[in-house]
Amino acid sequence: MHSDGYRDHPVRSYVLTGGRAHPTRNTLRPETLLRAVDDGRELPGTAGRHERALLQTCRGTLALAELAAYLHLPVSLVAVLVSDLVDGGYLAVLSTPVHDLPDTDLLEEVLDGLRGL
Amino acid sequence: MGSAASEPRTAQHLAPTVDRSVKVLVVGAFGVGKTTLIRAVSEIPMLSTEESITTASVGVDPRRDEKRTTTVAMDFGRVTVGSDTALYLFGTPGQRRFWDLWSGLADGAVGALVMVDTRDLAQSFEVLDQLEEHTRLPVAVVVNEFPDSPRHALDEVRAALDLPKGTPVVSGDVRGRPRAVEALTTLVAHALELRRAEGVAA
Ligand SMILES: Nc1nc2c(ncn2[C@@H]2O[C@H](COP(=O)(O)OP(=O)(O)OP(=O)(O)O)[C@@H](O)[C@H]2O)c(=O)[nH]1
Ligand SMILES: [Mg+2]
Repeated sequence: MHSDGYRDHPVRSYVLTGGRAHPTRNTLRPETLLRAVDDGRELPGTAGRHERALLQTCRGTLALAELAAYLHLPVSLVAVLVSDLVDGGYLAVLSTPVHDLPDTDLLEEVLDGLRGL
Repeated sequence: MGSAASEPRTAQHLAPTVDRSVKVLVVGAFGVGKTTLIRAVSEIPMLSTEESITTASVGVDPRRDEKRTTTVAMDFGRVTVGSDTALYLFGTPGQRRFWDLWSGLADGAVGALVMVDTRDLAQSFEVLDQLEEHTRLPVAVVVNEFPDSPRHALDEVRAALDLPKGTPVVSGDVRGRPRAVEALTTLVAHALELRRAEGVAA
């Protein structure tokens, strides 16, 4: 399944992510907002440097694509790392993904916001 | 790519009140002004990510597959609208061969701003075709005016591009923020109109 449309080189992704080639959550999108959970819990010693850098970078709210840009990693790979960190309770997903097209409430808010710029 | 995780650029976080996000695609042929428009609107310096896209299915010879993997840079910007919504602008080349990359981007998007260069209108056909074929994204067309662009009436452009009825067409120099924001506003207003009409029809 390539429902997210991102296809990093399959073999490399597979190796880098410890054998899981695709995110467990297909709700992650490049614009999905994320923030590290600030409960003082440390990552286990087995966590990789990408995971550590990711949590470090995400002390405040950022979208998945921003994380990928700051970490110099493809969005597809960061999505896999993120989904593991979310499952482990280290990272929180703040935004609910829009499917298909955004609803009128959201569009109205965006329009108002743009007119206020 | 993949080696610089130790020294990330200082991240510019969103305000803590922001908990919604939405995106717009900025699509158009090479050099048409996508990055320029995004930069004009964005509240953060442009960011970019590289995606490797594999055009062929995985074959028997892994080395050969490697060769068929192309790297495409996608640049993007962000602007906070209102107190709780972040709008992301993703710039992407719209040609057929990049479809794999932006098909994933299209889901959930407000719409696509299609940038058009009147010096080469034909280049835009493929982009518009791709959008029409694969998505039901609302579209607004931005005619980017370069100094040596022939000045066509917008109706002429509309006819030449064979745009669906009601598709907004705006023009101007998108290096300035007001014009760039206006283009976005036009797209979102159009999307809202379509959405409301849909609600009435349903
Ligand atoms: N005069 C004028 N120049 C523009 C305008 N928009 C863009 N340019 C110039 O056109 C060139 C290409 O613009 P970009 O924004 O890089 O185009 P792009 O679509 O991102 O290009 P690629 O990412 O390479 O496909 C730059 O030198 C811009 O300064 C405009 O509205 N007016
Ligand atoms: Mg560009």
